[in-house]
Amino acid sequence: MSTGIGARVTRKEDKRFITGKGKYTDDVRTENQAYAAFVRSPHAHANVKGIDASAAVAMDGVIDVLNGQQLTGDGIGNIICGWAISSKDGSPMNMGAWSALATDKVRYVGDAVAIVIAETQALARIAAEMVEVDYEELPAVAASDKALADGAPQVHENAPGNLIYDFEIGEADATDAALAGAAHVTELSLTNNRLSPNAMEPRSAVATFDEAEDHYTLYTTSQNPHLARLVLSAFYQVAPEHKLRVIAPDVGGGFGSKIFIYPEEIACLWASMKTNRSVKWTSDRSEAFITDAHGRDHISTAKMGFDANGKIVGLKVDTIANLGAYMSLFSSAVPTYLYATLLSGQYDISNIHCNVRTVYTNTVPVDAYRGAGRPEACFVMERMMETAAREMGMDPAELRRANFVQEFPHQTPVIMAYDAGDFSANLTQAMEAANVSGFAARKEEAATRGKLRGIGYSSYIEACGIAPSAAVGSLGAGVGLWESAEVRVNPVGTIEVLTGSHSHGQGHETTFAQIVAERFDLPIENVQIVHGDTDKVQFGMGTYGSRSAAVGMSAIVKAMDKVEAKVKKIAAHVLEASEDDIVIEGGEVKVAGTDKAMGWHEVGLSAYTAHNLPPDMEPGLKEGAFYDPANFTFPAGTYICEVEVDPETGATDVVQFTASDDFGTIINPMIVEGQVHGGIAQGIGQAMLEQVVYDDDGQLINGSYMDYAMPRAADLPDYSVHHASTTCPNNPLGVKGCGEAGAIGSPPAVINAITDAIGTNNLAMPATPQAVWNAIQAAM
Amino acid sequence: MTNVNMTVNGKAVSRDVPDETLLSEFLRENLRLTGTHVGCDTSQCGACVVHVSGKAVKSCSTLAVSLDGADVTTIEGLADGDLHPMQKAFTEHHGLQCGFCTPGMIMTSVDMVHRYNAAGKVLTSDAIRNELDGNICRCTGYHNIVRAVEDAASKMEAKGGS
Ligand code: FES
Ligand code: FES
Repeated sequence: MSTGIGARVTRKEDKRFITGKGKYTDDVRTENQAYAAFVRSPHAHANVKGIDASAAVAMDGVIDVLNGQQLTGDGIGNIICGWAISSKDGSPMNMGAWSALATDKVRYVGDAVAIVIAETQALARIAAEMVEVDYEELPAVAASDKALADGAPQVHENAPGNLIYDFEIGEADATDAALAGAAHVTELSLTNNRLSPNAMEPRSAVATFDEAEDHYTLYTTSQNPHLARLVLSAFYQVAPEHKLRVIAPDVGGGFGSKIFIYPEEIACLWASMKTNRSVKWTSDRSEAFITDAHGRDHISTAKMGFDANGKIVGLKVDTIANLGAYMSLFSSAVPTYLYATLLSGQYDISNIHCNVRTVYTNTVPVDAYRGAGRPEACFVMERMMETAAREMGMDPAELRRANFVQEFPHQTPVIMAYDAGDFSANLTQAMEAANVSGFAARKEEAATRGKLRGIGYSSYIEACGIAPSAAVGSLGAGVGLWESAEVRVNPVGTIEVLTGSHSHGQGHETTFAQIVAERFDLPIENVQIVHGDTDKVQFGMGTYGSRSAAVGMSAIVKAMDKVEAKVKKIAAHVLEASEDDIVIEGGEVKVAGTDKAMGWHEVGLSAYTAHNLPPDMEPGLKEGAFYDPANFTFPAGTYICEVEVDPETGATDVVQFTASDDFGTIINPMIVEGQVHGGIAQGIGQAMLEQVVYDDDGQLINGSYMDYAMPRAADLPDYSVHHASTTCPNNPLGVKGCGEAGAIGSPPAVINAITDAIGTNNLAMPATPQAVWNAIQAAM
Repeated sequence: MTNVNMTVNGKAVSRDVPDETLLSEFLRENLRLTGTHVGCDTSQCGACVVHVSGKAVKSCSTLAVSLDGADVTTIEGLADGDLHPMQKAFTEHHGLQCGFCTPGMIMTSVDMVHRYNAAGKVLTSDAIRNELDGNICRCTGYHNIVRAVEDAASKMEAKGGS
């Protein structure tokens, strides 16, 4: 069976997971292990007047209790947001200070004020309860629109009115003029509900300090261990980079939430030095709800204008994005360059203007969650298109088709230059697979059972392969977004690939091996992928934004190019042939058209014995590469959802969900389908079940699985997943990325289907039975 | 402290543990069997499921001292030389991504198939979805997990319910 590009290879990494031998951070136990627990604020906003840890410190087995004054006193720096966004008047964003342990003020429920180190985890937690913190409560604000209101409580002094920045993109005047001249204008107010990412593995950190070597090691649940090391060193001054090793072993899902460097990793590293013990902290689920960065939380109004033929003439969007109590690592980029730049959707629109205000509130910091900005943009676009079609009495599919971008490259008015796609092909494929022509009959049949059946579309586009370093640098990013790889051919011909990408469920150990096995025509078993350890891999930017295929694999391809060139030189020298005549196939390196050949392993051995290499050639067979993408990639597609609503109860079933995606070249269809399934599940979760709820005082109402509705198996349908691909012209494999599409495309498809079923457009996410029932009643 | 004796994955084990020790802690910390995971603190996610006398139990909600003399099987003890059909089915149908929920999913599913086989009931895909109510997966969207359980169920039936 083929194991190359396009083959459904079962995963190399599975065996350890299905036998219980995976090694996650909490499975790590080091010498001299001590355990940490955090003392956290129960108030959304309060002054910290004093901390009395004497009772805790006096407990048997408690090693120390450390606070924010000590942390800042030791020179540990504040946590920063790594992407500088300016307001439209040119002023820089108003970033408030964030210390890993609060010093004088707490700003959300869960804000850490002290770390307790003890001999056991249970003891650390009990001791944390014994720490007395003297809080002076302050008024708090949780909702973003309320935070902008006059007289709202101030979260940070240097962000007057809680405004972090007031950003715009596109041409305001031209867009206003286009809307004024439109034959029809559709207008909607939209909320993108706040979510908790909920990777099933809670975050964890094990920090050790080797006093003799003055060296730290951190095991952590990270999607990007090198970025963690960089930030911990360069910005938080925990340790210089060469004195800090970061290992992200098996990681149990991330979905964005494990990109960021959180207070707990900083505090554990610092505490390991202070106590000279290895310090381990593992979040429980309740703690995860109040410390893992949340996602989404936008309020928007949008106006879309059409000419008499249904052609879009302009789009104006005004958005308020809640960033929580502090600016997390990429928080500023999510509602700007990952959101407003996608507001052209799949459509050819000449005039777009978007204004985004981001605000501080007394809630958990908000940052990237699967899709990060693009689901919010897709929700605006696709709710608008469906609503406009209904208002104008047009077929929603045909309205989309009539406005699709047809020619590539296509420059949108909001920065992005789409490089390739065939949006119509995906729409057609989805409609055929969903048997749209049979919908009327299905609706009629459902009615005989007392059910309202509805159908909804969503034609999404996203920007992945993040990102060309110079481009993001000019937009304010503090880092470059290339990727690195090293391909090591051993003397026996087996291969290790070291990659800066990180797998936390994506199956890189298999797909990355597939491209190597294909390129050198070797058994996939002979290829090993190494990732997640800063002592092994030289550098990497990690995995997020569906970048591992487009950027991570491209770096591997570049390194393989160099390996191939050297292999051919060696073989040509040994076989006394011209390099141009050398071919690599079937485990051999041969002279084309002759019977002269060397085994692949013999070339490896020649490189290392170095007895007979071309003059001036260095021994060894190991090549590295850094790959900086030329452009974003643009996965796109159409999703079609069918629902049945029980009008008596509002209970809604997703009865059919069809996807047609364009991901470019597909390396392993099994894994790609799995990514789409998981993304759709999270999208349906957002549309129908999930929402983080705060009360007006900033208390989290639903911080456990008893209250926060995670999608379970019976809540979800089987998915019908299809591909109609165009090749990405901007990277060597033609790949686009598939990790986020499902979560981006699906929420509007679901809401469009439900609103179609119930005949009213006034329905917010999550469309719980109560919300749907209320919408039906309100429309009566 | 109480002395607890159990058979875990066929081996007799004996440890002195504090009375409040959960079975999940006992397995992970005392026996260092870290295949059993803890994903929540409200007995909802099922990452911690093991078998006690062959029945699925949430180890995060069971005190170790209550199981003195019990016969416990964890994910590490499921394969009997060869992989269990449920383990094989999870990999063949790509029923796992990050792998964190997987041990609990597999242990729950094995018990599920045993119960349906014993009762002579057909395990439909709807039944599988309902039976997985206590197991949360954030990665797979469940589609492939359901396929894996269906496939393993047919193979386990053919083998006589092992
Ligand atoms: S850890 Fe046992 S149910 Fe979640
Ligand atoms: S495979 Fe990651 S939670 Fe299920």
